[in-house]
Amino acid sequence: MKYIDEFRDGAIAQRLSAAIAIEARAERRYHLMEFCGGHTHAISRYGISDLLPDNVRMIHGPGCPVCVLPIGRIDNAIELGKRRGMIVATYADTMRVPASNGLSLQKAKAQGADIRMVYSSADALRIARDNPGREIVFFAIGFETTTPPTAVAIRRAAELGLTNFSVFCNHVLTPAAIANILESPEVRELGTIPLDGFIGPAHVSTVIGTQPYEYFAEEYQRPVVVAGFEPLDVMQAILMLVRQLNDGRAEVENEFTRAVTRDGNTKAKALVAEVFELRRSFEWRGLGEVPYSALRIKETYRAFDAEERYGIEYRSVADNRACECGAILRGVKRPTDCKLFGTVCTPENPMGSCMVSSEGACAAHYAYGRFKDR
Amino acid sequence: MSAVRPDYVRPIDFRHGRVDMTHGAGGRATAQLVEELFVDAFDNAWLRTRNDGARIDVPPGRMVIATDSHVVSPLFFPGGDIGCLAVHGTINDVAMSGARPLYLAATFVLEEGFPLADLRRIVTSMAAASRAAGVPVVTGDTKVVEQGKGDGVFITTTGVGVVPDGVDIAGDRARPGDAILVSGSIGDHGVAIMSLRENLTFETTIESDTAALHELVAAMVAAAPGIHCLRDPTRGGFATTLNEIARQSGCGMVIRERELPIKAQVKAACEFLGLDPLYVANEGKLVAIVPPHDAKHVLAAMRAHPLGTDAAIVGEVVDDPHGFVQMETAFGGRRNVDWLTGEQLPRIC
Repeated sequence: MKYIDEFRDGAIAQRLSAAIAIEARAERRYHLMEFCGGHTHAISRYGISDLLPDNVRMIHGPGCPVCVLPIGRIDNAIELGKRRGMIVATYADTMRVPASNGLSLQKAKAQGADIRMVYSSADALRIARDNPGREIVFFAIGFETTTPPTAVAIRRAAELGLTNFSVFCNHVLTPAAIANILESPEVRELGTIPLDGFIGPAHVSTVIGTQPYEYFAEEYQRPVVVAGFEPLDVMQAILMLVRQLNDGRAEVENEFTRAVTRDGNTKAKALVAEVFELRRSFEWRGLGEVPYSALRIKETYRAFDAEERYGIEYRSVADNRACECGAILRGVKRPTDCKLFGTVCTPENPMGSCMVSSEGACAAHYAYGRFKDR
Repeated sequence: MSAVRPDYVRPIDFRHGRVDMTHGAGGRATAQLVEELFVDAFDNAWLRTRNDGARIDVPPGRMVIATDSHVVSPLFFPGGDIGCLAVHGTINDVAMSGARPLYLAATFVLEEGFPLADLRRIVTSMAAASRAAGVPVVTGDTKVVEQGKGDGVFITTTGVGVVPDGVDIAGDRARPGDAILVSGSIGDHGVAIMSLRENLTFETTIESDTAALHELVAAMVAAAPGIHCLRDPTRGGFATTLNEIARQSGCGMVIRERELPIKAQVKAACEFLGLDPLYVANEGKLVAIVPPHDAKHVLAAMRAHPLGTDAAIVGEVVDDPHGFVQMETAFGGRRNVDWLTGEQLPRIC
């Protein structure tokens, strides 16, 4: 496959692996967090950890939109789905996230709720147009990558004068989450999780650019390399981080120059700014309440805000006590540190959210890396 | 006096007609549909007897029986339709124990309102597939459900066959050291179906690989009667089939990504849709687990057959009490190839 196979070349991987091994200094350790679940998936799927020296360790971050969605928000979506005549449209991974009372959207669907899997916000809009007599709620989740399409759907619905379409907005922000991890007592004071540098997700930066990371690279003195999702991109980013750390630099570097710029997609950013505004606070699974870390729909588009329209009330719900998703999402624990991992919590019957999406740290390790645990 | 013959029955209107409840009621309308459509298309001595069951001669040996329901959506897809799929699917299930398939039975569950033109197209394709395979449909049944209670047509086929003496092919016979072979490119059927799904529609020239594999199996068994396991990787794909065999046999497997035959277009479509071709369904491929000394002979026999020209040895069975299927990635790492989780694509066959 042209333009893909080039970034999965085993021979180049060996050369990068050798370069990392040479440049990583034997006397120090390198703790690098890949923020995004897409990178976690790539690292597991291609066996990248096997190609790194022992003193370069990857720590999985919280960048999986399904994983960080708290139970209470899924409960809200299920309640919407149970209303008579309502259609809830959502992305596939959201369907299986365990909610309260042993339910999930998928199980609610089996009980009769009309919940439909869509591939894009445009599909949800189409369902609304095709079913004028029904009310459609798009259960919108995701980081900066899925936010512009939701904004487009809302604006389009306004243009079309659709009165049966609204959005239950759960869009969250990457830089806020990284800053929150760096502010956590484990990192800042206790030093129990050493975090030396970050790999930032390229698709997020195609929208927001690299600029939003500059503040905390400076403030927290941690280098950031924005990288693509092919395995060679990830390895190149690791090498760039090792070099920055060796040089004592804490800069924002761009590995994905083929699509990412400092300013990002100004048109998409303007659209997002037109439709959404910051929430004062939003609960993340694992991170708890994080100030200014999520978006809500602006007053101008209030008619399309499902939270307003249906008076949705958020109630925080605690995770299963034995579930370590919270600590895993903060990078404090690994999937194998959890007692539930691979026993009662499996991809077929996930207890925690990290086992649901293929981008979750637990699901990625279960699917691709489990044979190493013997 | 009327010019119409006293025994005249107005033929079914296969151009504009639709299935109605009387076609399944067991009366004249049912008999007429059976006569004008099914007996006409499948035409053979057993159906012509008009008995409820077919009386068949059984050659000596061990019999194999397999059954398979087909609920594929859409009914017509690039490279085939539900009719030929229903014939191939069951013939393959019989053939995977090394048997020679002999007879098929077919049940149609039709939805009221289904166009008779489409039904005839499906039955014609099914009859052609059965004739080409040399496996007749000797008995059948038709039922009709009200509109909204079905989805056009569901077809269940059952097949019987006989295993030649000296052949012992089963999922629990894989042994460490055995070679893992695949008969050709992986993932074609699933991608062909996906390209037509309403919310996915994309253009591709990939066609379903739907095919009857019993002659390929016969050639393989002739080359090496000691083949340990055969299985067609349908739902769940190649990866799930390997995991099934590993669990049944209590061993592990190691496959090499570089050796896997996957068409560039299938790779591209899967990349685009976020799927792994290892989990995408096939309808005309088989996986063979073969003792090491037979591997080359079986591979040669497969490649000499039109349905196995792209056959390849892709890995080995290994000793592993955990039963893991692992893959050496083209990238240079190693990873698990786990069972399919959840549902990759509903109603693929």
